[in-house]
Parts: sequence; C-alpha cells; structure tokens
Amino acid sequence: MLDAARAGESVLLIAPTGGGKTLAGFLPSLVALAEAPTDRLHTIYISPLKALATDIARNLLRPIDDMGLPIRIETRTGDTPANRRTRQKQTPPHLLLTTPESLAVLLASPDAATFFGGLACVVMDEVHALAGTKRGDQLALGVARLRSLSPGLRCVGLSATVAHPTAIAAFVGATRTIAVADGAPPSISMMLPEGELSWAGHMGLEAAGQIMARIADAGMTIVFVNTRAQAELMFQALWKINDATLPIALHHGSLEIAQRRKVEAAMSDGRLRGVVATSSLDLGIDWGGVDQVIQVGAPKGVSRLLQRVGRSNHRMDEASRAILVPANRFEVLECEAAIEGVAARDLDGDLPRPGGLDVLAQHLLGLACSAPFLPDEIYREIVTASPYAALGRADFDDVLAYVEHGGYALAAYDQWRKLFRDSEGRLHVRSAKIAALHRMNIGTIVEAPMLKVRLTAGRSRIGPILGELEEYFAGLLRPGDTFLFAGRLLKFVRVHEMAVECQDGGTGDPMVPAYEGGRMPLTTNLADGVRRLLQNAGGYDLLPEQVGAWLRLQRAVSRMPGRDDLLVETFPRADRWYLVAYCFEGRNAHQTLGMLVTKRMERYGMAPLGFVATDYVLGIWSANRPHDVARLFDQDMLGDDLESWLAESAMLKRTFRNVATIAGLIQRRHPGGEKTRRATTINSDLIYNVLRQHQPDHILLRATRADAATGLIDVGRIAAMLARVEGRIVHMVLSRVSPLAVPVLLEIGRESIRSSDNEDALLAEAEALVAEATAPSPPAWAQQEMPLYSGVSAA
Amino acid sequence: MTAAPIHVAGERLMLDPGGVLIWPAAGLLAVSDLHLEKGTAFAKRGMLLPPWDTQATLDRLHFLLRKWRPQTVVALGDSFHDRDGADRLPAVELDRINRIAETCRLVWVLGNHDPAPPAGCAGEAVATFSAGPFVFRHEAEPGAPPGEIVGHHHPKAAIPTRGTTVARPCFVTDTRRVMMPAFGAYTGGLDVRDPAIARLFPRGGRAFLLGKDRLFSFALTRGGNPLTADRGNMPSVRTLGGG
Repeated sequence: MLDAARAGESVLLIAPTGGGKTLAGFLPSLVALAEAPTDRLHTIYISPLKALATDIARNLLRPIDDMGLPIRIETRTGDTPANRRTRQKQTPPHLLLTTPESLAVLLASPDAATFFGGLACVVMDEVHALAGTKRGDQLALGVARLRSLSPGLRCVGLSATVAHPTAIAAFVGATRTIAVADGAPPSISMMLPEGELSWAGHMGLEAAGQIMARIADAGMTIVFVNTRAQAELMFQALWKINDATLPIALHHGSLEIAQRRKVEAAMSDGRLRGVVATSSLDLGIDWGGVDQVIQVGAPKGVSRLLQRVGRSNHRMDEASRAILVPANRFEVLECEAAIEGVAARDLDGDLPRPGGLDVLAQHLLGLACSAPFLPDEIYREIVTASPYAALGRADFDDVLAYVEHGGYALAAYDQWRKLFRDSEGRLHVRSAKIAALHRMNIGTIVEAPMLKVRLTAGRSRIGPILGELEEYFAGLLRPGDTFLFAGRLLKFVRVHEMAVECQDGGTGDPMVPAYEGGRMPLTTNLADGVRRLLQNAGGYDLLPEQVGAWLRLQRAVSRMPGRDDLLVETFPRADRWYLVAYCFEGRNAHQTLGMLVTKRMERYGMAPLGFVATDYVLGIWSANRPHDVARLFDQDMLGDDLESWLAESAMLKRTFRNVATIAGLIQRRHPGGEKTRRATTINSDLIYNVLRQHQPDHILLRATRADAATGLIDVGRIAAMLARVEGRIVHMVLSRVSPLAVPVLLEIGRESIRSSDNEDALLAEAEALVAEATAPSPPAWAQQEMPLYSGVSAA
Repeated sequence: MTAAPIHVAGERLMLDPGGVLIWPAAGLLAVSDLHLEKGTAFAKRGMLLPPWDTQATLDRLHFLLRKWRPQTVVALGDSFHDRDGADRLPAVELDRINRIAETCRLVWVLGNHDPAPPAGCAGEAVATFSAGPFVFRHEAEPGAPPGEIVGHHHPKAAIPTRGTTVARPCFVTDTRRVMMPAFGAYTGGLDVRDPAIARLFPRGGRAFLLGKDRLFSFALTRGGNPLTADRGNMPSVRTLGGG
C-alpha cells in the first residue's frame, strides 16, 4: 500500500473482513501527514454507513493521540450539527470521514473548489456494497468531480472478495489491485429442525428451541434472518422460551436509531448473548466477540452468506463458525448449495449495471449549484466515472435539458428554467433558492412513506418513539388491532400527527408489519447450485434422509428440472388445473413472469384464476386445462405483452417514484418542514400518468424502464431464461400433484397472491366480499336512512 | 362507465366514475377542485412537473360534458390552483373553457385557492350557488341543512384488498350532504378517516371510489372507517406481501 501511495497510484485492496484493511487504507495518509504537515483537507474517507464513519474516527483518534501526531480527524454526515459543518468549512480537518450523500452536498456548495483543492487521497470503504447501486453512481460522479478539482488525486478502494474484481477496480479508478489471501475457510454446518421437515414456509420458528440451545452454548450469537417480519416473529419465539433469561435483543432497520445504537453498544461491551438481526447488521463495524452466526431461512446468495458468516470471529487466523437453519425442504437444498458455493468460493454478483440517469440529473444540478459549467467539459468529466463510461452524448444532453427546463416536448416552462446559459455557453443555476432546495434534497435512498411508531400511555400522554412503519401498513390497522413491532405486542390506537400511536399489551392474533423490498431474490449462481443438486441423483444419499426420499419420489412420478431446460408440470386438483414451472429465477422475476403468462392464458381461453411466485417456481391455477405450454413461455411475451402490462404496473409506478425523487422532479424536503411538505407533495402516480400519456420517451420514463430491467421487475433475468430454454421446454402431463410441486401449492394462501395487478379487480372483489358478509343484516342506519342505494353495478 | 344513482333531499343524483355529479332533472353537472395550472404554480417554485395537467384535466372534463350534455356546469371551487392561475392559462385552454360557456351556463363557485373570479374566463362567479333543494359551496358548513354539495377536502378512501391497500378518490355521502372528489390531474387526496372529513359525516355514510368503468361502494362507519370484509375472509392480509 505504501509503495503504491509513493508512486501516486490508485489502488483497490481486496481483503476478507477482519484483514485490517481500513487501517491499511489510511496508513499512507497518516505517514504523508506526519512527514509533511498541511492545513488543508488531505484525505476523505467514504463509507456506506454513518455508523462506520463514526466508529473508524474513534478507532483512529486513539493511535494518533498516542503518537502525538498533529492530525485532525472529523466526521461529517447528515447528523453533524450545523455549527460544526460551518467550522469544518473554515478550518478543514486533515481527514474527513463521510458518506456518499454528504460528499455530494459538499460538492454542491459554492466553495467546493477551495475546500477540495488540496485533496490528496480518497478512501472508499466497502466499495463492493456501493458499486452497481445508485449510491455508488453518486459516489463515482463525486469522485470524478474531485479528480477535476484536485488533479493527481489518489483513490483507494477497500472491498470484500467479489466476483468481478476488474469492474470494482474500474469503479475505483485503480491501476493496481492488491488481493489479500482469504483467511481460514469458514466452518458452516446445517441444523435441521427436529421432526418432519416443513414443506413450505420461510420463518423457521419451529427451530427456535434448537437456536436457543445454541445461543446458550456460545458466548455471543447473531441470528440472521431474511426479513423484518421474520425478525420480529423469531425474537418473540425465542423470548417465549428464554427460561434462563439470557440477554437477547432485536436489531432491524425500522427500529429507532437510538434503540439500535443501544443494542450495538451492548454487543461491543459483551453484555449480550444473542441478537436477532436482518441485513441491518450485514455491513459495518467490527463487533469483536461474535462467536457464531446462525442464518435462519434461505441464504439467498453465496456472497451474502459469506458476508454474514464473516461477522463471527473477526480475525484472520480463526475460522468463522456458522450454522444454517433451513425453514423448508427447498431451503435445505439451497443451504446445501450455498455451503458448496462457499467452499468453492463461487461468488455471485452481476456486473455493475450502467449508472442511473436520475442520479446524473441530481449531480448536474449540484454542479451548477457549486459553479457555472460548460456542458462539453462536464460531459468529458462524467464519462471518466466508470458507471457512465458508456454514456452517449445524446442521453447526456437529454438529462441536461431535463435539469434546465424539464425536457418536455411542450415548451411551457421557459420563464421558470432552473438553469440559464450565459453568452459563453456556461450554465448557471437560476436562483439561490433553487440551489438551497436542491441541497436539501441530495441523496439516492428513497424510502417508502413512513410513520413513526409512538407508545402512548393514555390519549394525552406522549411516550417514546419505537421506530417506523410503512404508511400502507398503518392504513390496514383498525383501532384495537394487535401488531408485533420492536419485539412487543402492541395495540393500535390511532394515527395522529404523522405517528402511529399504540399501547403495550395487545391481545389476539397479531399482524406483522412487512416492508417493501424486504426480500432479496435467490441469486443466479445459487439457483444453478440448487439445479445441480437436483440433477445429481447419486448425491441424494448425502442429503438429509427426508429430502433424499422426496427427490427420489419426484424422479419416479415425474422428472427433475434439468440444468438448461424448463420443466413445466400440469395436473388437475379439486376442481382446478395447476401449472407449475420450475424456473429458479428468483421471486421478483417469477412475479413478473406470472403476470405475463396468466395474461397469455387468458387470451387462449384457459381462464387463469391466480398465481403464486416463490424463489424457485411459479405456480398458476386455472379453470380450464393448460395446453400448448411451449407457446405460453415463448420469448415473444417480452414484446407488446410486457409493454402493456408494465405501463399499468404498480411496480413500475413505484420505480418511477424513486426515479422522479432522485432526479428532483419531486422534492422530499422543503424549507418549513412537514406542513409545507404536505402542501407541496404530489402523488407520483398522477405525474406518471400524465407524462406517459403525453411524452412516453421522456428521459425519466427511459430511466424508469432501465431500472425495471433489474430490481423488482427483473425483466433481464426472464429474458435470459426464456432465451436459454427456447425449444427445451419439457411439459409433464400428470394426473396429480408431484412431490416437488407440493411446496408451492402450500404457499397458496400464505403468500400474498397477486391474482392480478388490476386494482379495479381487487376493489370489486373487496366490495363483493363486504356485500356478502353484510347481506343478512345491513347496519341499521343503512336500512332506515339510506334505503335507496340501488347497487352501483346496476346499469 | 356506469354511473350510480343516489337520492339526496328528495332528488335523484348520478355519481359518475369519472368524478362528476349529475342532477338529471335540472340538467346540471358539478365538478370540483379542478386545480387548473397547478403545474405552472409548482414551476414558479422550482418543481418542473410535466406541463400537460390543465390539458389532461380539460380533456377528461370535455369527455364527460359530451357524455352528459348538461345545461349548467358548476365548478365547485379551487378551479384554479392559485389566484393568478387563470392568467397563466395557455390561449388554447382558455378558448376551450370559453367554448363551454357558449353551450351552457358556467358557474364558478369560488374556493380558497381561487377566492376571486377567474380573469378572462366566461361564466358567472359566485360564493355559493343554490338550485332547488341544493346548495353548492366549496367548503362544507357543519350543521348545514340537507342538500349541501361540496368539494374542498379531496376525499379518498383506502380499502384493504389482497395483500395491499387500494386508495382511490371518492364521493362521500350520507343522506344530507355529498362531498365530491377532486377532479384535477395533479390533485391528491385526504383519507376519509381524517377528522376534517369524518366530523362532517357524524353518523357515517358511504364512500363511492372511482374506478375505470364503475364506482366501488363501501359503507363508512362513524369515524370514517370503511366497513371492509372480516380479515378471516382475506387470507393474505395477515402477512401482507412484501416480506
């Protein structure tokens, strides 16, 4: 590292967790500052987590104080108070520890050029977690700017082991990659719940007893689960049997920050024996004494599993210990495939996708807020950022036009342009007000509308905030309903002033809040692993006995999904027909595929009634017998069918909301806070409808469709699969349900079934249900006072 | 598009899923909260929304006018998003408005967003408009006698369905009062459970949610909660999709 620093080279350092790579990243800067003191900002360190920046500042301060080095270190995040920010501008620290968002805010200020003028080094931590995301796009654009402001800038990237090191090196702009050998391979085992293995379900609560025993046997355990709902339920299940009253805690992203910090501090101090956590503990601070990691439920991906496993025994020379607890039979296969994948270091991860045009729009306005610029120069700067290396000039110009005046075909906003051009072609921001508003809205993390959860003792007494819930969940609660949150059973009182008010001591069957995007889909890599296991009949004996028997039975009555084909089974059951397609492309892709295939079945008169998507398969039920299966899965569904479904799809609208927010069409924060927010927010669906109707090729709609290729809609994965299996669709016509199809049939009724993306159909169903439920004795007032409602469906 | 008949103050009214109310006996069509030129109002503040909102709103209104061919059109207030909204109307849209006034009586009820008559627009501007048993005013008056037709609050209702809630603008009515949904392309909504709306319907009432081809009707209990099916009938509500 020091050699590279002396040579002025940018470096990517790849090391497993616990390799001390963060310190290695800083070392050259500390040496340089000790040798040649300066009073300017020398190095900035960027981490995806605020907490990580704070923690590292603490860890660095001690040795620097001990050695008596005259080096000032400070952090700057969204939490930094205004007076400290001002002081940092006047007297910059030597080392500034920050996040991609705070860097973008600094770059959008008028004094960015002076502040960053003497910058020598940028350290980017956990780059693997940023590259390929919108936060990564923002960081890459920011670093491209820093290189222009301070020529000769050296970049250091710190990354965990990744599938595509060259792509990460390009992201960092590294000319040299240093890879530290992995430490001792982790020891991972599987723990099956006692008794009959579940056919379906993902919570794994039946293993709570065994998990509790493992917690009692070890010093400190992290129990990783896949969703916040699962975390709440697992914590409850453990708490109920915690007879020894071991100190155990709950940690997930919706809990109040102060509460999370308390749990983290208790972990660091060794005061806890177990923590049930979601991905909120995947990244970040070295907790020290974690003895074992228990992963409950499907690991979903090899890289993710490695990251989680690496949380235990944060030392190079000792093997990490992890236990996988599958929640059902398919998950046994997935765990097995993941263990093999870890042993083979078969990391997953797609190549980072091209940078988002919405992030670029935000960046361009930020640049103008800092100083006037020439489009040609800025275009040349932008394409040096690896996510934007392939950005065409036409797209750049469209994004710039959007920032200037909206980029609409109807030139309506000439007098309200955000940017204007001077006689030399430089772009200036129109007013200080626009710049101030922009700076308040920098950032690429768009959250669903959330409400605080507040505990109240009585109607008037205000209690503590427990965390946040999605607004839509609050909409489902009725006074008196019980729900599970922050490990407590709560009774819903009311929604008041942007907070869900509730009381302790709910009774009855609780609802569990779920969160958008709470689940990540199975990776392609791991899906291949599962398919390999299914194909290898010789290996069935090595699997748990019940699983082996299950697979052998499947071979006998139907067949196994092949490595490159698509197995589709159809069979009758009760008064319906079922079609089960073994695609293994992950939940999001199956969800989209389900919409498209049922649409087609409708057209062919098969009368589909609903479908359910899991990570492994797609199951559809219909009134009429499915036939011509190869045609149902023909690639041409990605043409007009996809277009027409997408246009109305709730998921596309959600994607548009994110794009429009990041691009600054909708602003999240306004001077004046909550009250003005309500007066100035516009439902993005309304904007989407108008824009789609009048300018379907607008840059924001193009950006939305690009996002749809991955993520929630995952069209890319469907396209790849349909191409792969073309001409290789194997249709098994069965007389009854096959063993492999049992799990998906059991999911029906458990999973939310998207019978349709058509909201009108959903409303009609709800209306009919109410009518049915209330038919015998309508409420008295309706009989007496409103006798004349004659049913709205009457023509 | 199937309209729903209701009876208020002894008269039959039709609620159109397009978001307008028709009083067939009088040949009257009421529309509320058009919020024309909201796009340019936001542009002034630095949010450059797609600029077709006035056009889209008037397109929909025109479609409904052709369908019902009323003799009187009552715009129930907040027809313009702000005081000088009418000044910013593109000439072609101003023309369309004035052509409405050529074929029927056009009444602008004034609202809080547009407290003065719209400059340059044909038609008459009034604080309230009375006809037969009805009083058309922008904002409801608590305790008003039966027959009040109002806008202002932009009511919408959220109905739990399989694994998600569907929220739509809606008409709200008991036998005394009809509150109309907001019509403008960029108008959002206020949940019918909000005390501002619920207190105007103290004995509950009924919400008619706008759909593509028809309305969806749900009883509202006291406090504005839609009376929805028992959760036992809707298995997916408990785990709620997402994860």
